[in-house]
Amino acid sequence: MILSPYFYSQAIKLALSQIWANRKRSLLTALGIIVGVASTTSVIAALSGLKTSVLTEFESFGANRIYVFPDRPDDKPRNLYPREKIRIKPWEVRELQASCPSLRAITPVTEFGVSIASDERELDGITVVGIWPDWHEAENRRVISGRKFNRIDEVGERQVCLLNESAIDELRLPSDAVGSHILVDGRRFLVVGVIETLQARMFGGDSNTAELFIPFSVAIKLQSTEYFLRVIALAKSAEVSEEAKSEIQRTMRRIRGIQPGDPDTFRAEAIDRYIDQFKTLASGITAIAAGIVGISLLVGGIGIMNIMLVSVSERTREIGLRKAVGATPAAIMMQFLLEAMVLCLAGGLVGVIIGKLFAIGLTLIPGARLENADVPLWAVFLSFAFSAAVGLGFGFFPALKASRLDPIEALRHE
Amino acid sequence: MIRVRQMKKIYRVGEEEIRALRGVDLHVGKNEMIAVMGASGSGKSTLMNIIGCLDKPTEGSYELDGHDVSQMSEASLALVRNEKIGFVFQSFELLARQTALENVELPLIYSREAGLTSRERTRRALHALNRVRLADRVSHRPNQLSGGQKQRVAIARAILNKPAILMADEPTGNLDSVTTTEIMEIFRQLHAEGQTVLIVTHENEVAAYCQRVIRLRDGLVLSDLPVAQDQAGQVIA
Repeated sequence: MILSPYFYSQAIKLALSQIWANRKRSLLTALGIIVGVASTTSVIAALSGLKTSVLTEFESFGANRIYVFPDRPDDKPRNLYPREKIRIKPWEVRELQASCPSLRAITPVTEFGVSIASDERELDGITVVGIWPDWHEAENRRVISGRKFNRIDEVGERQVCLLNESAIDELRLPSDAVGSHILVDGRRFLVVGVIETLQARMFGGDSNTAELFIPFSVAIKLQSTEYFLRVIALAKSAEVSEEAKSEIQRTMRRIRGIQPGDPDTFRAEAIDRYIDQFKTLASGITAIAAGIVGISLLVGGIGIMNIMLVSVSERTREIGLRKAVGATPAAIMMQFLLEAMVLCLAGGLVGVIIGKLFAIGLTLIPGARLENADVPLWAVFLSFAFSAAVGLGFGFFPALKASRLDPIEALRHE
Repeated sequence: MIRVRQMKKIYRVGEEEIRALRGVDLHVGKNEMIAVMGASGSGKSTLMNIIGCLDKPTEGSYELDGHDVSQMSEASLALVRNEKIGFVFQSFELLARQTALENVELPLIYSREAGLTSRERTRRALHALNRVRLADRVSHRPNQLSGGQKQRVAIARAILNKPAILMADEPTGNLDSVTTTEIMEIFRQLHAEGQTVLIVTHENEVAAYCQRVIRLRDGLVLSDLPVAQDQAGQVIA
């Protein structure tokens, strides 16, 4: 049984006129679909925006950066791996520096809180970071005025420091602070340079935090003996970053005397690992959003089924007449299926438009980092596909009911 | 045109058997105009439903326009209704939101003829409306038409596909006497143009427009007489 193009054009026209004639009812019925599609498309839009800005940020970090930190194997008793045993020691960092040819720069980083003071003010609990001169290259932070750290600072254990602009503000130092002196834990330090304040970064912490850097050799003397450190290394290029990572792992296992088959007591991770983790997280959230849309479309679909059953019963005489003038059961079925699908697709369209407006709204939220939020084309297609499927699925039973009506009974219906 | 032999229709309602038709023989020739009469329960509706291909007989044969349609599938019967039968109902059955023209075009939606242009559809619908003298009301909706005009739209829809038979079920039941005359004149004119017409009615005035009157009682043909004899019999009775 082939239905003519004229049949389809008339059926769709009829469906649209039905929706328009019962517009309040249609709107209420399609609300489930509208809300479902709108919420999902906006979640997807927000996620895609987030993804774009996070990935851009990771790239600006540099994909060739590698982090090394102590790590206790998850599946072993804790007492086998005491803190002192897994702690990274400065000599290990020097060994890494000597044994890893793929590295361009490597620095230990140790952080601790102390009180610092200028002539004007005293601040408690400021994080002081101890670094090697290589840190400048590894972290790629600009020095605005003054100079970077050099080997003499490190080897000579000189009491010099670098500040960022926030620290200068908080300490009420002159805006060109180079040459000023401050007290760190009661010792006098010379300010030799000013470092740019970090731009707002998702993983960079608060940009307004005061930062204070001192030579690593000085930093370890200001702490207890069991101080904690991590390592930032920079591979010579992004291409050799995997190579550099395995060099680090081999060296660490060798100097720590870890037997083959025993677990690592440290972790070396390149930044792309974090990208992967973020992508996993993002697709997880997308899957949850898809689950939510599934549920709301189910609810919407039940509404569609209900209204289609009402429509079939209201239009029983019309169905009888159509059958009398020659509509086959298949034609009646197709007409009501199309009607359910048109209703769902109209709901889907409204939902996509609302989702799009939401996405535009998201881009306008200051500081939300969602400037790139947009509904991707695949989400639009998916929304329409889902809506059509709901129409087809939940319109089936009412359409079947309509197609099976006996024309004689239907024409007698009051 | 129509040949019905020993037609029986038995409904089963639970344990009970209702014998609506108990062996009806009927022949309708081309270009006849026949009235079918009978009290309710006489089997007249059942017979009309079967002749209109809306229902199937339990037993017996039904030949329409040379084809045995008594055991066809539902989809094939739909096609037969579309091409060979035009229905006119007591309460018009027009689609309220569509114009007179769109209402008349309705059967073409389900037509087997592929590739009908919209111009051709309109031409045919206008021709049908012209035959019922309603060419000046094509873009009116049912609520803008009088009862008689509505029934004329319905007749135009019924004759659109040039059916082998035009079946009318109490076509004047909802109309006053002046409009009844108007509608019956339309049927008479269509008959004069060669249309075979079957009218179910309980009004003798309506039957008087026909050539032949078939009366049913208890699922059997009671009488099948030319209209003059039938009307004479009624007067005596």
